[in-house]
Amino acid sequence: MSELEIQLSAGTQPGDGDRATRRGRVPGRVTAVELAAGLLAAFLLTAAVAPRLLAPGDPLAIDPLAAFGAPSWSHLFGTDESGRDIFTRVIDGARDSFLIGLAATLIGLGLGAILGVVAGTLGAAVDFTVNRFLEVLFAFPGLLLALLFILVFGPGPGSAIVAVGLSTAPGYARIIRAQLIRVRSSAFVEAATVQGLSRGRILTRHILPNTLAPLLVLGTLGVGQAIVWAAALSYLGLGAQPPAAEWGAMLSAGRTYITSAWWMSFFPGLFIVLTAVCATALGRSIERRMRHA
Amino acid sequence: MSAAEQVGARRPNPALALRVQNLRVGFGDPTGEDAVRGISFEVRAGECLAIVGESGSGKSVTARSLLGLAGSAARVNADELSLAGESVLGLSEAAWRRRRGRDVGLVLQDALASLDPLRPIVREIGDSLRLHTRLDAAARTRRVLEILEAVGLPDPHLYAGRRSGELSGGQRQRALIAAALALDPPLLIADEPTTALDVTVQAQVLALLDQVRSQGTAIVLISHDLAVVGRIADRIAVMHNGRIVETGSAADVLGAPEHPETRRMLAAVPVDKPRGSRLAPTPTGAAGGTAPTTVSAPSTPEPVPALAGIGLTKSFRGVHGTTHLAVDDVSFSLPRGGTLGIVGESGSGKTTTARLALALTAADSGEVRLFGEPWSTLPERERRARRPLVGAVYQDVLGSFDPRLSVREILQHAVAAAAGSGPETPGRRSTAVRVATLLDSVGLAQTLLERRPTDLSGGQRQRVGIARALASDPRILICDEPVSALDVSVQAQVLDLLDELQRELSLSLLFISHDLGVIQHVSDRVAVMQNGRVVESGPAAEVFTAPAHPYTQALLSAVPRLI
Amino acid sequence: MLVLWAVATVTFFAVRLIPGDPAEAILGGPGSQTSPEALAAVRAEYGLDQPVLLQYLSQLGRLATGDLGRSYALNMDVGPLVFSQLGGTLILALLALTVAWLIALLLATWSTGRGRLARQIGSGLEIVAAALPHFWLATTLIVVFSVWWGVLPPISTMDARGLVLPVITLAIPLAGFLGQVMRESLTIALESPFVLSARARGESDRGVLWRHALRHAALPAISLSGWAFGSLISGAVVVETIFARPGLGRTLLNAVTVRDVPVVVGVVMIVALAYILMTVLTDLASRLTDPRPIRTPTGADA
Repeated sequence: MSELEIQLSAGTQPGDGDRATRRGRVPGRVTAVELAAGLLAAFLLTAAVAPRLLAPGDPLAIDPLAAFGAPSWSHLFGTDESGRDIFTRVIDGARDSFLIGLAATLIGLGLGAILGVVAGTLGAAVDFTVNRFLEVLFAFPGLLLALLFILVFGPGPGSAIVAVGLSTAPGYARIIRAQLIRVRSSAFVEAATVQGLSRGRILTRHILPNTLAPLLVLGTLGVGQAIVWAAALSYLGLGAQPPAAEWGAMLSAGRTYITSAWWMSFFPGLFIVLTAVCATALGRSIERRMRHA
Repeated sequence: MSAAEQVGARRPNPALALRVQNLRVGFGDPTGEDAVRGISFEVRAGECLAIVGESGSGKSVTARSLLGLAGSAARVNADELSLAGESVLGLSEAAWRRRRGRDVGLVLQDALASLDPLRPIVREIGDSLRLHTRLDAAARTRRVLEILEAVGLPDPHLYAGRRSGELSGGQRQRALIAAALALDPPLLIADEPTTALDVTVQAQVLALLDQVRSQGTAIVLISHDLAVVGRIADRIAVMHNGRIVETGSAADVLGAPEHPETRRMLAAVPVDKPRGSRLAPTPTGAAGGTAPTTVSAPSTPEPVPALAGIGLTKSFRGVHGTTHLAVDDVSFSLPRGGTLGIVGESGSGKTTTARLALALTAADSGEVRLFGEPWSTLPERERRARRPLVGAVYQDVLGSFDPRLSVREILQHAVAAAAGSGPETPGRRSTAVRVATLLDSVGLAQTLLERRPTDLSGGQRQRVGIARALASDPRILICDEPVSALDVSVQAQVLDLLDELQRELSLSLLFISHDLGVIQHVSDRVAVMQNGRVVESGPAAEVFTAPAHPYTQALLSAVPRLI
Repeated sequence: MLVLWAVATVTFFAVRLIPGDPAEAILGGPGSQTSPEALAAVRAEYGLDQPVLLQYLSQLGRLATGDLGRSYALNMDVGPLVFSQLGGTLILALLALTVAWLIALLLATWSTGRGRLARQIGSGLEIVAAALPHFWLATTLIVVFSVWWGVLPPISTMDARGLVLPVITLAIPLAGFLGQVMRESLTIALESPFVLSARARGESDRGVLWRHALRHAALPAISLSGWAFGSLISGAVVVETIFARPGLGRTLLNAVTVRDVPVVVGVVMIVALAYILMTVLTDLASRLTDPRPIRTPTGADA
């Protein structure tokens, strides 16, 4: 099991769609939750792509006189030890946090997809080997695999990305392998065999497209998780380092002043939570829509 | 002696167990159409009333309303709703709870899911006693064992500790009935109690219900199957679109149906309808198709059969290294242009036989030959060239479609796959023409092309499935339970369609079903399977009129017939 | 056992990948001025002068006898060090698991069967809870309970009060995950025919919940507990660091930071062992709750 597998399996309430259609509700209609998540996502993405639109100030502007300012109208989220505006820095940090999360997810998903597809298509011996390998990786719960990786390659944002990617890959691999096996033994693949389609064409036409269809869902759910994990590494001083505006690093920097300036760690963390919730909500809504498409 | 007294003497007029006047049940939008639209009926002690209708007719909602279990979303209204003479309209939930189990019991379809799979049946059955009596645990257990014995489970202590998953289908259904009868309620409501069961088990359960009825319990039997209810019902009410369209004694409704809906349902029952006769009214309304053009089963000195299985054996390995012989030395022969029906109960090996015939599973020994040439023994690569000759129609037709594809894409793929083995691939235009023809040939409108199978009705889906199977111009169709998931009237249409197609295209049909009625209607030759073996085979007429094997005789006597 | 061996192998070779000379690390890390003689002595002491394969085999041999080697940085045997830290983490993890179970059960039972609004609130709370990172939750809890209200200590003391915040920090996100699966299976159970049958016998809502539905709801959550335990230990790294609580997690983080390889390997081995044990236990527990045989794929007729 991995976080993703839980999110995925619990993502859709049983009969939710059926109930919706029975009540005459259009399954394709946008729900309030989806609308909120969509708006939030738009806001966060804008922050990542064009931070100056949302926070016109300079994230590095130092104002020693305004140091440790509590949240106020001029500084929505307060200021840090050098008087830098935290709102501006949090908005500015979206890009780094997203890039790290996205890169880690791509690595994890890519590796997971390759492992899963290889295990599911190249025969029983390969499947057995890959499975045992995954089992071993699963014996390092959660962040432990990432920590081991960082032990080997040293701390830093780069190795945090790879570490998070590597430690999420087994989860992806298992989901994708399971999906592939489900598709492979499905009635429509059998029907294609009866129609006289060759193995290769069945693989490329039916099995792979249906196996890889949930990748978008997995990726969306995974980005949230990856951002949280990467931030955790930064927080522990093993990922991005404090001068960077990455959210985990900001939180870590605020740790020292937690008794006097809670806002320094609260708001960067809030954005991590918002991003993760948003990713989960969007991932599930995509999942639901794909099933009812 | 006055006339009134005479009537009274002839009809002892037993106590009224249930009386329903103008029952209406609606869900959701109050302005929308109700699921049940004003029905009235009554049942007396020792009487069995059957409510029969197809899916969506409102019969199950009716059943649940009688127990106050229509759900929180339901609006239940009636002029009168009384159990044993006492009105239960507007009863509080707590008051309902005191009556449920004591005054009225419920038996559902599918006992596997209707008994908690995590609890032993002794606790499940004992629950009614725990809720409504002051018996202690030991006394409850004793009583449960008595009830189990009464519903026909000898040596009940062997079964009492088991969970529903550890019982056979028949034992399970008996346990479920026992749970409903624990307190001997005057009224029993049975909602499709025999639907998922094999015919022989079905007959036993019906006999049990009959016995319960004869002991004075009133029974409301809900079913989609007129033939089943004909076995024990005293009166039948036919439901259609939330209304009772016809009601009367079982003999009257089955023998002289008045309402067109009843007639349609009766006509659709395939049992005892000669081969080739239509089951559903023709779309044009003309009775032209009724001509009993019995496909003259090739009487000429047996040419090579279209498909022949020779000594097929297939076993599967169980979890603990045990092997399970699914198909044991099975031989069959499908005559050209004719239909071979394979019939058997669950676990008889018929689906495995279908997979062997399709060469989807390799046999342990024996082989399947196609028009006298090797088929199952070929490597898949060589067999692929001959695959177009054999089409397949599945029970789970929805699962047999790639979920990403629309009807058009499904048929396009099938046409392309069929052509892929030929010398040239067809152009886009000729594919489109072919797709349109296919859709036409199975009687579907071209407007359905862009739909996805999930948006189609069960009958439409099966037609698309048949169209796909026809894409390669097959000589043989292998149909595995193609109509089991369908309502009787839809089943009738699909059977008619297959019959028509067979004649037009002179197809050979290997037809597999658990339903003897269907098999009898469609088959020229029949093979009866039991525990992986063919116990009897021969021309349909012979097997059905003069069954030689005791199992076939048991099966045939268990088949519910219309009068 | 096989997994343990594989874990040992993976960690051993991963450690060999570390650039730089382990002997230098023992003597204060690269850059520190060390004489070649001292290096050679250290290599001999730790067996680093032997071929890799021999080192690997001797390490396996030592692991088999329960000898986890010697810490580079702390100059003490890893075995006793790790075991002295194990207790604190185990207590933390088990308490958190219990609390998470309770929260998830309460939330799941409250939010099912009460209509759409309750269901959405429940599911919303679970999604948010599952998304809460330990490090942020911990600091926020410290700010509220220790800095503002002053009711609970910000640093984990050894008494019960000191356990409250760390346990809550670990329990809430876990409860989010457990709650999701519990509510899903609870909903399925409540909609299943056996519940209708039970109601038709006169069973009350509460009876249905206690006698039937809860057991079905607990099933997937029980089988998840192995995974949950693992994720708790991983979370302990963060939580123990923040609350300055002695335990495996903090030991591991310190060791990673100073590259104290034997300690890292030792902790990872112990965690893997505990995790595997826990997985076996949960398998056993789910087998007890659900004695149904595992469905077997047979080719027989459906």
